[in-house]
Amino acid sequence: MTEHGFEHPDVIVCPGGPLLLRGEHVVEDADGNTHATQRPVSAVCRCGKSADQPWCDGTHKVLPARDRP
Amino acid sequence: MLLPKARGELSEALYDALRSETGEVGSLHLQPTDGDDAQIALWAMYELHYAGFEDAGDEMEWHPDVLRLRRRLERDFEAELRARHTATTLDEPFAESLFSFIADHDGPSLAAYVQRKADREQVLELLRHRSIYHLKESDPIAWVVPRLPTAPKAALMELQFDEYGDGDPNRLHAHLFALGLEAAGLRPDLYAYIDDVPVEILELNNAMSLFGLHRRLRAAALGHLAAFEATSSLPSRRMAQGLARLELPPEMIAYYEEHVEADAVHEQLAVRTICGSLVAEEPQLVDDVVFGAFTCLDLEDRYAQRMLDEWAAA
Repeated sequence: MTEHGFEHPDVIVCPGGPLLLRGEHVVEDADGNTHATQRPVSAVCRCGKSADQPWCDGTHKVLPARDRP
Repeated sequence: MLLPKARGELSEALYDALRSETGEVGSLHLQPTDGDDAQIALWAMYELHYAGFEDAGDEMEWHPDVLRLRRRLERDFEAELRARHTATTLDEPFAESLFSFIADHDGPSLAAYVQRKADREQVLELLRHRSIYHLKESDPIAWVVPRLPTAPKAALMELQFDEYGDGDPNRLHAHLFALGLEAAGLRPDLYAYIDDVPVEILELNNAMSLFGLHRRLRAAALGHLAAFEATSSLPSRRMAQGLARLELPPEMIAYYEEHVEADAVHEQLAVRTICGSLVAEEPQLVDDVVFGAFTCLDLEDRYAQRMLDEWAAA
């Protein structure tokens, strides 16, 4: 807890995993297509291997440790 | 919804009591005939706190004799669950350590079987069994909300809001599963298949209600949630692929596809912002988080093994 309350970041970088985004955003994927967030929190792929780009699908967990973000 | 079929002497006596028009409950001191009998009796008593039964009086939810029996069966069940678990300490940092604990747990995979080998009848059987939980998906963990301090309470609601469709009933996960059942030609009404499920499914469901309904077990409930979410995304992808292979309807496939994406978020929230904030505030609860996580994984293993054995023998 901080002096004025709780830490509540808009963006959370998960070690070895996705980037969490709180709130409404439009994300452009690597091919230039845009995707609007649909949930209170969204997980953006950081390992590049998700089959559901730009969103995380958990694939980072089956990568060797050196290939995780 | 009516009370399910009795599975032994104790559940028979319990249902007689629950159906009693006078509200009189006779002796419920019988011992259960077997595990099936104990688990269906416990399931029925828990269900009084959810949707209830048309043939059981509403007053029975809080009838002291019913609660006394529930407590007796819960004690035995919790003791059994704890006996299956070997206490494990988690290193720092907590989140990575809990993810590793879950990832290192090795068990049989129903999703892998569905993806590549299962036939249509086997998948429909699985969906009937899963319907007992999925038609009230996320309800057991909802009991935990008022039992949490500020940070984990807000974090749990952030996840639960998504489970309940972000305010849109059309996206509520239990509703998506009902649509999938209906499209697959199965019954979408609550617990239509309760009489068909093996004891392992009853244990899976009863463990969630046990953890959810006891403040003392709030950390086990959240640990269970973390393990459930952290073992969902990749298996849901495999389920979706298996269902597509067998040409099951798009509504059922959509349910699993939704869980690929949703649970990739939810696992991070469950481990980091929910369990993480709880143990930051109450570090003594780490062991119960691990107990809950183990119980989720272990009960899933037991169900998976049973079904794989049955299908292999057929």
